[in-house]
Amino acid sequence: MISLTEMPAGKKGTIAAINGGYGLVKKLDKMGFRIGKEITKVSGQWMKGPVVIRSGNTEIAIGFGMANKIMVEVK
Amino acid sequence: MKILLTGNPNVGKSVVFNRLTGVDVISSNYPGTTIDFAKGYMYIAGEQIELIDVPGIYTLEPTCKAEEIAVQMLKEGDVIIQVIDATNLERNLNLTIQLIKYKKPMVIALNLFDETKHTGISIDVEKLEQIIDIPCIPTCALTGQGIKELVERIKDARLSSFVYNDSQRWNEIGDIISKVQKITHKHHTFSEILGDISVKPLTGIPLLILVLLLTFTLIRFIGEGLISHVFEPFFKEVWAPIMLKFSDLLGQQGFFHDLLIGKLIDGRIDFGQSFGLLTTGLFVPLGAVLPYVFAFYTVLAFLEDSGYLPRMAVMADTIMHKTGLHGLAIIPMLLGLGCNVPGVLATRILETRKEKFIAATLLSIAVPCMALQAMLFGLLGHYGIRGLGIVFGTLMVVWIIIGLMLRKIIKGTSPEIFVEIPPYRIPYLKGVIKKVWMRLKWFIKEAVPFVLLGVLIANLLYTFGVIQFIGKITAPVFIHLLGLPKEAAGALIIGFLRKDLAVGMLIPLNMTLKQLVVASVVLSMYFPCVATFAVLLKELGVIDLLKSTMIMVLSALITGGLLNMILSMTLN
Repeated sequence: MISLTEMPAGKKGTIAAINGGYGLVKKLDKMGFRIGKEITKVSGQWMKGPVVIRSGNTEIAIGFGMANKIMVEVK
Repeated sequence: MKILLTGNPNVGKSVVFNRLTGVDVISSNYPGTTIDFAKGYMYIAGEQIELIDVPGIYTLEPTCKAEEIAVQMLKEGDVIIQVIDATNLERNLNLTIQLIKYKKPMVIALNLFDETKHTGISIDVEKLEQIIDIPCIPTCALTGQGIKELVERIKDARLSSFVYNDSQRWNEIGDIISKVQKITHKHHTFSEILGDISVKPLTGIPLLILVLLLTFTLIRFIGEGLISHVFEPFFKEVWAPIMLKFSDLLGQQGFFHDLLIGKLIDGRIDFGQSFGLLTTGLFVPLGAVLPYVFAFYTVLAFLEDSGYLPRMAVMADTIMHKTGLHGLAIIPMLLGLGCNVPGVLATRILETRKEKFIAATLLSIAVPCMALQAMLFGLLGHYGIRGLGIVFGTLMVVWIIIGLMLRKIIKGTSPEIFVEIPPYRIPYLKGVIKKVWMRLKWFIKEAVPFVLLGVLIANLLYTFGVIQFIGKITAPVFIHLLGLPKEAAGALIIGFLRKDLAVGMLIPLNMTLKQLVVASVVLSMYFPCVATFAVLLKELGVIDLLKSTMIMVLSALITGGLLNMILSMTLN
């Protein structure tokens, strides 16, 4: 299990844990991202920039700190 | 009857709204807030129905002010039309089943239905309608497909009998999806490939630079073209002779002549320097600025509606983060390049007080509006990089330095970016035209009266010697610190009303390039115009506005003084 920031771009994986508070869980939930959801990491940026992930036809950008709290099981 | 159009952001809701309503769309503020929504009318069987475009929401548990208002607005309608992105059924149904608990008659528009086909999704619409017990109509708002049917079925809007256990929401949705949707293998579409390219650092950064260069080249090309081929010829060939006749009629001098026509320069009207209500007062907003404002909003509308802005936000996030903002703050900054007022209003997409304060302050100091830029192009354009380059370069450096400082000084938190990146879409032309038209109307309504008022006040202040007096007492600052003639004080006073007009007042002062550059930078930074000041007061409150104003004045004086020193050594 690694965090979204460590996950290589282009890889698929499943969200395994969200080590953040209720706020982060709720934010992700409203966009359809939750534990067990399969995602693809589209890109990460240099110098601790945001991470872009996709699931189905939904794509979101998440700040580095938040992405660090989202753990994934990479396939 | 009042119908509310709701749905997730980026589902084509505004296009559906534009299809359903006629030309008469009113944009108004929600009472007591600066959050705006569009309102229009449609006719069904002779009955006039009010249609409201509610700001997009993902959930009924609001996480920000705009969402709060959207939820509030939902209570006021008779019927709800939910616009759904058919390629994103799961996330959209999450809102649907929450809306069902609101107990309002509902209809669903399954928008972007045509896109399901090439994304390998097939939806059994009848079955979906059966399960959630709400009429579902497949639409493609961009081409108008399904809109007629949607209108016909509004009368079938009903309360759903669908019940579910809230703790099992996603399971319930998953259950529905498994019954109504089949996904076959799909290939990467061109828009997806382009989308990926735009957010990967190696390709995204060059693309961002390219887009920005193209944007500004286009704006200058359109703006300059319109001015030299349409607006200037009109004012020179048509309006000037009329004004000259009028001037003869008034006897070529006197108080009213000077107020309306201004001073004749070598027996002619000079739209930059005559400074009458009907000459300079009309030429500045309509002849010099409007063409650029039009160019700016046209290009911006295409950027907005294509879906590039959130990608721009992702690419800009790293830099923005250093200033205590996040990538999305690029949107108020971009809007601010058009006019600072909508720019400041757009800071409400930022969550915390700290972010709003930093964004609003940076905007007022270092983001020149199109009106100001248009006049600066005219004033400094022929000096090339030594003129405009120094002014814009200085503003950029100031933006970054003040941002870095404010991040450290201002208390509070700076949340990180969290934003949906919608697929690239071809902008809906009618929607773009409508949007540009509404913004232009707004500009004319806001700018023209203020410029006229500015000309009037400037004339009165000169007549009664007020500007000369202020010039005298502030002379030490202007002459010694900034190296400007003391008459420049007049421009700074009028700059509070309209900055474009203030630049116009610099023209007759015959300043050197160094003085022009310093005056332009100080004029851009020292204070926002009165319209921006008013919305700043509303958005920030009195205390924060005072703090922000102090930062503006101080940084303008410091930057102006430094620039004067550096340029004295290098330019002359």
